[in-house]
Amino acid sequence: MKRRLSWDYLMIRYPAFFPFILMILSVAINLFLQPNMLERETLNSNMRVFLPLILVTVGQAIVLIGGGIDISVGGVVSIVNTILATRVGLEGSPEQMWQFVLISLLAGMLAGSVNGFFIAYLRLQPIITTYATSFLYFGLALFILPNPGGGIYADIANLYRTSTPLGLPLAFFVIGGLLLIWAYISSTRYGKYLFAVGGKANAAYETAVPVTRVQFSIYVISGFMAALAGIAITMLSGSGNAEIGGQMTLNSITAAVIGGNAFSGGIGGVAGPIMGAMTLGLIQNIISFAHINTWWETLVKALIIVLALAVPGIIALIRRRRA
Amino acid sequence: MKRFRISPPIAALILAVILFLLSGFLPNSYGSNVKVALSQATNILRLSVFLGVIAAGQTLVIISGFEGIDLSAGSVVTLTAILTYVLVKGENNMVILALLVSLLVGALIGLLNGGGITYLRISPFVMTLSMAGVVTGAIIILNHGNVSGKVAPIMTRVIARPISQSIPIPGAIVIWLIFGVLMWLLLERTTFGKHLFAIGVNRVASKLSGVNVNGMNLATYSLAGLLAGFGGFLLVGNTGVVLIQLGQPFLFPSIAAVAVGGTLLSGGKGSYWGTMAGAIVLTLITSLLTTMQMPDSVRRMVLGGTLLVLISIYGRQQALRQ
Repeated sequence: MKRRLSWDYLMIRYPAFFPFILMILSVAINLFLQPNMLERETLNSNMRVFLPLILVTVGQAIVLIGGGIDISVGGVVSIVNTILATRVGLEGSPEQMWQFVLISLLAGMLAGSVNGFFIAYLRLQPIITTYATSFLYFGLALFILPNPGGGIYADIANLYRTSTPLGLPLAFFVIGGLLLIWAYISSTRYGKYLFAVGGKANAAYETAVPVTRVQFSIYVISGFMAALAGIAITMLSGSGNAEIGGQMTLNSITAAVIGGNAFSGGIGGVAGPIMGAMTLGLIQNIISFAHINTWWETLVKALIIVLALAVPGIIALIRRRRA
Repeated sequence: MKRFRISPPIAALILAVILFLLSGFLPNSYGSNVKVALSQATNILRLSVFLGVIAAGQTLVIISGFEGIDLSAGSVVTLTAILTYVLVKGENNMVILALLVSLLVGALIGLLNGGGITYLRISPFVMTLSMAGVVTGAIIILNHGNVSGKVAPIMTRVIARPISQSIPIPGAIVIWLIFGVLMWLLLERTTFGKHLFAIGVNRVASKLSGVNVNGMNLATYSLAGLLAGFGGFLLVGNTGVVLIQLGQPFLFPSIAAVAVGGTLLSGGKGSYWGTMAGAIVLTLITSLLTTMQMPDSVRRMVLGGTLLVLISIYGRQQALRQ
């Protein structure tokens, strides 16, 4: 029997379908307001701003699939930013930079494993645990760099800002790499475990899935991705600020959910959240190009996000009524 | 053999008392002066009232389960505080109207949250988070950068000042006690309360046993909004001024207060007494860290560390192996 291509089938089998439509729509509106958007320079300057959030969102998406949540990612971004800004400095050499990039990644994974230890091994509730550790991480970032300042060597920052290999923005290659890695991971045994643990941890445990280790690993991954985002945002801004990650936590969660990852775990992927993160960035762009009164900006942005979240629900509601 | 267990509200309360007694050893604290110690204790209790009331709505939505959480509470508090401030304009006879408007606006926002969560199946976290954005946007427009208004003298008299010359207990604490009893009655002695715990444990089972799950969900979020609105009204009565970020600092502490009070964040188990104790503990820790004059960075780290220790003691979930 041939399977009929129904809406429900699309929504469940391809969670990235709706965010894809949403992203195309935002690109179209953005293109209408900013006709030169697809030119190499403009495209690159947009993508390099979107990339840090995309990286955090990928980590958050994996945590959500595994049935958790990570409120501390913003803190990790801030720690990495302050480490780079104070230790490399405006005069730093490339060697120093790469050395501290490595240290930052390790720091991110360490922060993630602290979360993972409390949540997977001590079995604390993820939301309150990562909320508590976010205080630890933001406090640590503020301890490293009490006042905004410092920075990295401009040439290194430009490497991130202006490099367009093959005429395409660097971010495209990073996103492509992430999608390839995800495609591989989700086909491995670990990928199946991830969805099993997120779907129903107790049932997964009964079927001999190493639940504790999988739960631990998702926070390490999320910490690693947050550290990558911290590196990206430091190279983008070129300066240090302990509060730089503040907005990223909640944005990454919104982006992942717009991208089709369910809060209850076990549903979703990485492509959808990436598109969700880009949509959030595009909405910001649209608002600034549409010349909306400054007083109204926050409200309009929030309403668009509510609408983006509500549309799948509204469609499902209409379909339920009709059935 | 049954393991010896102290119930979380009592544990949190004992912790608060121990912390307060230990704080006497700190430099520039009350030392051996009992009178100063008592007035300091009342002051901390008075400050806990606002966190406690704001966390009441949070307690309800968290008990209702299904990843229930209300991230719009902070902005609702700000909104109703500003509304009260603008409506009252220093006149005593406008206070009741302002209170009603605060409750109504809060309940309406809560109802919208509940609608989105129940009918559009948006997860509570994201629904209430985006609602917080909408409310903040509305505040910015209403506000246009400056508000003119004034708190009525009767509000300050009732909320912030002691109830009489001989009894140096601020009115807010008395209001909180009455409020606590009402919350206890609501949770333990009404059908609403029973159904709330039921849907928190298992939605399908409660639906099959005749609980109107959708209706309960709408009612819970509306009630949570209403309580946040009440929190805003009380808060502005105490501070006497409004800021655009007035309620935001209460948002995550309100969730933490619920967790510290032993309410399961997965729903179905908890009490308002626990939340009250949690609010006292959190306020106490914050004000102790402030009196110790530590830098902001150390303060945040100590707060995060304490929170981790607190939830490690009794916030642990059931083990996988049973």
